[in-house]
Amino acid sequence: RRDVLVLTPWLAPIVWEGTFSRDVLNAQYLQKNLVTGVVTFAVKKYWFFIEGFMASANKYFLAGHQVNFYLFTDCPEKISHLQMAPENHLFVIPVQSGPRWQDTPASRMATVSSYIQRQFQHEVDYLYCLDVDVQLLAHIGVEIIDALVATISSWQSTPEQQGKAQEAPGASPEGAGHFHYTASFYGGSVAEMYELTRACSEGVLEDTENGFGARWHHESHLNRYLLLHKPTRLLSPEYYWEPEL
Amino acid sequence: RRQDVLTVTPWLAPIVWEGTFDPEILDSTYGPLNLTIGVTAFAVGKYTRFVRRFLESAEQHFMRGYLVNYYIFTDSPQSLPPMRLRPGRRLVAVPVQKHSSWQEISMRRMEAINRLVARQGHQEVHYLFCLDIDMVFHNRWGPETLGDMVAAIHPGYFQVPREQFPYERRSSSAAFIPEGEGDFYYGGAVFGGLVRKVYEFTKTCHTTILADKANGIMAAWQEESHLNRHFLSHKPSKLLSPEYIWDDKKPKPPEIRLIRFSTVKKNYKEVRN
Repeated sequence: RRDVLVLTPWLAPIVWEGTFSRDVLNAQYLQKNLVTGVVTFAVKKYWFFIEGFMASANKYFLAGHQVNFYLFTDCPEKISHLQMAPENHLFVIPVQSGPRWQDTPASRMATVSSYIQRQFQHEVDYLYCLDVDVQLLAHIGVEIIDALVATISSWQSTPEQQGKAQEAPGASPEGAGHFHYTASFYGGSVAEMYELTRACSEGVLEDTENGFGARWHHESHLNRYLLLHKPTRLLSPEYYWEPEL
Repeated sequence: RRQDVLTVTPWLAPIVWEGTFDPEILDSTYGPLNLTIGVTAFAVGKYTRFVRRFLESAEQHFMRGYLVNYYIFTDSPQSLPPMRLRPGRRLVAVPVQKHSSWQEISMRRMEAINRLVARQGHQEVHYLFCLDIDMVFHNRWGPETLGDMVAAIHPGYFQVPREQFPYERRSSSAAFIPEGEGDFYYGGAVFGGLVRKVYEFTKTCHTTILADKANGIMAAWQEESHLNRHFLSHKPSKLLSPEYIWDDKKPKPPEIRLIRFSTVKKNYKEVRN
């Protein structure tokens, strides 16, 4: 691929279709006997997306490899029987939802962090957080597996985004980071994910106490974290495309 | 940004070329980690004459600002030139036996490096590079080269089709690579990585070298053939472009904007006796 940037200035590959051989990567993944987990939240009205998400994820997310799906929801009873691929496992984890919508994304980081520590780290090697209101349309494979992985936001080139000034502690200095990442799809090794979720939950907590509702909620904290702890691999906007664009 | 060369392998390992990285970002990431980088180089017999230029140029260009340990393997530690090194950098002379032929010396290197790591290397350094001594640094060699397992693309073969790679083609050798297989041709003069990865790698190579010896076979390019075999099945996590392993006898193509590390002109017949 010569039409796109395939390497960051800190030598992290940017994954685009055509830059990798999934066969080679699959062989490496199998060699190491790895298990990957997916975390997703379906709170309040978002339970509606569960079926579509699980159907497409079972079909397209690391197809052929064992995936543990950790589904956090406040209405487990609304989940109809979900068909899982034979190699995958589903864990439904009930949660309480907050009084304001902003609370849910805010407490997500803390929840994930705590679950990594007490459960996930013993069950998976790599963990990815995905928004539930997505549908996978094509294979997402082991090319995403690396220590700390973030997806370039498809909003990247909108001038509107570049002009945003933020005063909240979650503000990223403009121009200092080269990329804006979406909070809808990120992940990495359990160790890195533990650090990330812990750091971001603390940042978000600080904002709520100070009365700032940090713009884009946890996304800005995620970006600030990734500015200081550069991802080892980036996923191109092919991996998460905002439909509103 | 480089569009004229391949900068990522099909297994998503970066290939380091001038223009692909920002040294400031990398220094700000690696600098605070207080890393110690080790270098091994073999100066046996007449090869001790290359030590001074190797070290002087390394002092100028290799991992400036980082802690560095030079491990010079030699059969005559007394003939190593006295050197004043920059602060945080030291020279360790590692005694080795002189062997009957230069091929033998070359083949024993993997074993020697492995033993050094086992004995002390793993405690003293985080990353280790294994370099040929008859070479000189001409430009920056910095933390852009650090990775779990790092190999360098041989300058003679980076623009050549795979069928022409001088892999070992005899199936009786443990370094055998059949036609139609292979990613790159890596040079034996430069490899490295995390110290535990180098330990594993040198152990495997030494094992395959011994296996060949037991069968009375010596691979086409000695340890370089075994290195290539190993990197085919265990792909490096980072590749260095030929900027990092150049041969001064070659004319410089436009893709090579900068030469960082290259051979010293020498009379092969003279030094190999």
